[in-house]
Amino acid sequence: MEIRFKLNGKAVTASVDADTVLLDLLRDKGCLSVKRGCDTSNCGLCTVLMDGKPVLSCSALAVRADGREIFTLEGLQEEASDFAGFIADQGADQCGFCNPGYVVNTIALLRENPDPTDDDIRAFLAGNLCRCSGYEGQLRGIRNYLNSRKA
Amino acid sequence: MITIQNYVRARSVEEAWQLNQNKRNRIFGGMLWLRLGRGSVNTAIDLCDLGLDTIEENEEQFSIGAYVTLRDIELHKGLNTYTCGAASNAVKDIVGVQFRNMATVGGSIWGRFGFSDVLTLFLSLDSYVELYKGGIIPLCQFVSMKPDRDVLLRLIVKKTPGKAVYTSMRNQRTDFPVIALALSKINGEYRASVGARPNRAFLVRSDNAEGFAQLVANTVPTGTNLRGSAAYRTHLIRALCDRALAELEVM
Repeated sequence: MEIRFKLNGKAVTASVDADTVLLDLLRDKGCLSVKRGCDTSNCGLCTVLMDGKPVLSCSALAVRADGREIFTLEGLQEEASDFAGFIADQGADQCGFCNPGYVVNTIALLRENPDPTDDDIRAFLAGNLCRCSGYEGQLRGIRNYLNSRKA
Repeated sequence: MITIQNYVRARSVEEAWQLNQNKRNRIFGGMLWLRLGRGSVNTAIDLCDLGLDTIEENEEQFSIGAYVTLRDIELHKGLNTYTCGAASNAVKDIVGVQFRNMATVGGSIWGRFGFSDVLTLFLSLDSYVELYKGGIIPLCQFVSMKPDRDVLLRLIVKKTPGKAVYTSMRNQRTDFPVIALALSKINGEYRASVGARPNRAFLVRSDNAEGFAQLVANTVPTGTNLRGSAAYRTHLIRALCDRALAELEVM
């Protein structure tokens, strides 16, 4: 099937099977930040923005992207760079495997709620699992970034 | 993994219904079971172009399209005002925001899954489902029906005066519930809907608060699975119902 969508701001066409998942299509298109983790809709590693909302690309059919706008971390570099350093300062990136999904979902959080409480942050990022269990460091990194914006 | 031969975005409900009469075809919702499910589907029927992704509210009711996501339920001000926050409480611990942006109300209600927080919540309210061929029927009737080839269009929640509480016990915050309980008092009647028992949600009604928690615990059949034993679940039902009643009384 032929589908057309916008990927990181650029118009893209692709030929996909009916059961191709979005994750595979995006990786085929060179977006290697999109990682396969649990592959069962649980870990958040494959998070991308579809029409501005974070979704799990491992569980979305590629055909559902037809006519929509997808952003992966590759297209969100500038927005991510604002706070990624604060995460690194806490050593919270650790092995780095969960970072792309985590960063994309954090961008979604800050767009929806620019001044979240710690509980808001925990709740929004509950679907991003970190195999290094670096949650406290991630929280400190985001908190420090938010505090720096207020300073 | 479920394999799919063809994919069709239905242009009308009639087209979706016609396609769905073939047992090898299937209507897809949020598709979250795509990777965990097994089998082959000839044609995946997608209703995403049929305008079923909105919550319409008027003075009498909420009309919730089958493709409304759990995140929409979580954030809808009118629905959460009417349910005293129970709608948000019911879905906020389901995996993560990304998951809830995909999972649909229709998928959860149609599947009549035992673990469904969504079914548990709405069963405690004055709720109805709108089926394409079957018309509008009470959710409490729909929940015990066997799945057929009809198309679920909307969930209707009447604004019958009342209040509601949602509570659950989970081994881990974003896991399936060990037991879930929605309690409402609507038009003076107490309605306790118990889900994850572990079978599909079960409704108990009474006009009296006194002894209601024990009645619910005695009435609701429970079973054993990896998350908990039948006896543990029955014990939890009594405790959660007592707490929910106390919460309801101070609202």
